[in-house]
Amino acid sequence: MSTAPTPSCPKLRVSDLCLTFERDGKRESILEHIDLSIGAGEFVCIVGPSGCGKSTLLHVLGGFLPPTSGAIEIDNEPVRGPDPRRIFVFQESAVFPWLTVAGNIGFGLSALPRKEREERIQHYIGLVGLEGFERAFPRELSGGMKQRLEVARALAVNPDVLYMDEPFAGLDFITRMTMRKELLRIWHRERKTVVLVTHDIDEAVQLGDRVLVLSSRPAHIHCELEIGMPHPRDVSAPEYIAMRTRILDELGVERGV
Amino acid sequence: MAKLRPFLLPVLLLAMWQFAAGHSSAHVVPTPRSVAAALAGLAASGALAKHVIASVFRITWGFLLASLVAIPCGMLLALNRRSQLAAQPLLQILRPISPLAWTPLAVLWFGIGDLAAIFLIFIACAPTLTLIAYSAVRNVRPGYVNAGRNFGLSGVPLIWRVVLPAAAPQLLSGMRTTLAIAWSVLVAGEMLAVNSGLGFLIMDARNAGNRFDLVFAGMFAIGAVGFALDAILRGLEQTDFVCWALQGGQTSAKESVA
Repeated sequence: MSTAPTPSCPKLRVSDLCLTFERDGKRESILEHIDLSIGAGEFVCIVGPSGCGKSTLLHVLGGFLPPTSGAIEIDNEPVRGPDPRRIFVFQESAVFPWLTVAGNIGFGLSALPRKEREERIQHYIGLVGLEGFERAFPRELSGGMKQRLEVARALAVNPDVLYMDEPFAGLDFITRMTMRKELLRIWHRERKTVVLVTHDIDEAVQLGDRVLVLSSRPAHIHCELEIGMPHPRDVSAPEYIAMRTRILDELGVERGV
Repeated sequence: MAKLRPFLLPVLLLAMWQFAAGHSSAHVVPTPRSVAAALAGLAASGALAKHVIASVFRITWGFLLASLVAIPCGMLLALNRRSQLAAQPLLQILRPISPLAWTPLAVLWFGIGDLAAIFLIFIACAPTLTLIAYSAVRNVRPGYVNAGRNFGLSGVPLIWRVVLPAAAPQLLSGMRTTLAIAWSVLVAGEMLAVNSGLGFLIMDARNAGNRFDLVFAGMFAIGAVGFALDAILRGLEQTDFVCWALQGGQTSAKESVA
C-alpha cells in the first residue's frame, strides 16, 4: 500500500496490525490493517483527527498494549512488551516527581557503575540544557524544562527508538517552537529513530522526514507524505505552506475559518 | 502578633471556663487552675511520664505491626485482581465492627496487659490501612508505571522504585487519619483492658473518688500526645520524597530562558 519509497533497512516493520476493544459486549474496531515500515534514524510523524486512535497506535508500537492481530517487528524481532531499547515519552510528563533531575535521568542506569552513571547523567543534563538544576525537583521546573528532562531520561539509556506521544502539547506556542528546534538538534546528534504522534500539523511538517496521515476511527493509514525539505525549515516558504495545506486537505479540514 | 493568633481562642476559652467553674455551685467541673495543679502533681510524681510511655509504647507497636501487615496486603490487592475479589468483602465486613467490640476477646486471648491493647490497636488499624494502601496504589498515574516498565522494571523492583513512591503521599495522609483513630481507640481500650496508660489514668481517677481534676488532666495529656504523634507524620509529609503531591499546582516554576 505504501506509495513512498520504502527505506532500505527497515528498523520498525508493522504488518496488518488490527486492534479491537470489547465495550459493553460490542466489539469496537480501533485500528484497522495498519502497515508501515520505518527506517533506522528516520523521523516519522503521525497525524490524524482527534480521537482517531493515533496515541493508541503508539502505545501498541511501544508494547504497552498487545494488538488483536498483526505483527510488530523491530530489527526483525517481534515486539512483546516495553523495552529499554525503545523509550516512550508520554503526553503528560511522566518524570518521577519524587526524584531530582539527576535522579530521573539516572533512573534507567542503575546497572551501570557509579562513575559511568554520573558521567552519563552530566552529559544528558548538558545536552538538554538543564545545567545547574541537577538537584532540583520536577516541581521546581517549568513545563518546557520538565519535558526536556523527560527527553534526557529517555536518551540516557541510549535507546534506538523514541516514541513521542504529543510531547509538547501542554506547552505554550513559543516554548513549543523552541522544543522542536531542540529536539531536531538532539536528533541530528544522536540519530535515533523517532516516531512522534501529534495533532499539530505544523509540528509534523516542521519535524518529520515523513508524515503518516491517519483516518478517523477506526484508524487506517490514509496517506503517507515525504516532506523532503532540509532543516532548518522555513515556515513561510511556499513548499512548506503547500505541504501543510495538502495535509489539511487530506484530513478533510476546510480552509476557511 | 500574627504568631499569637492561634492561641487567642484557647486562651479565651480558658478564661470563660475559669469564670464559669468558679461561679458554679455544682462541683462537676474543676477549674483550670486545679487541673493545672493536678497535671503538675502527676508530672512531679512521675505518674504522668509512666502513663504516657505505656500508651505510646502500645500505639507504636500496634500501629507499626498493622502498617507492616496491612500496607503490603493492600498493595497486593490493588495489583492483583483475584486477591482483590477474594479479600474485598471480608475487609468491608471487618471495617465497620468497632475495635472495642474485640475487647472481650482481646482480654480472653492475651489477658489484661500490653498485648491485649496492642492487639486492639492492630485490629483498629489493619483493615483501614489495607483499604488506604489499596486505593493509594490504584490512584497511581498509569504513566509512572508505564515509564517504570519501559525502563525494564517489573515485579518487586517496579513496586519498590515506582509504585510505592508514587503512592506514598496518599498512603501517608491515610496513615495520619488512621493513627488519630488508633489513638482514640487505645485510650478507650485502656479503660477496659489494662492497668496503666492515659485511658487507665482517667478511669482510675474517677473510681478513686471522682477526682475530676485528674480526669481533665488525663484528657489534656491525651490531646497533647495525639498532637505530637500527628506532628511526626506531618513532618514526614514535608520531606522531598512525598511533598510533591501536596503542593500540586502552586509550584514555584523557574522559567526557562532558552
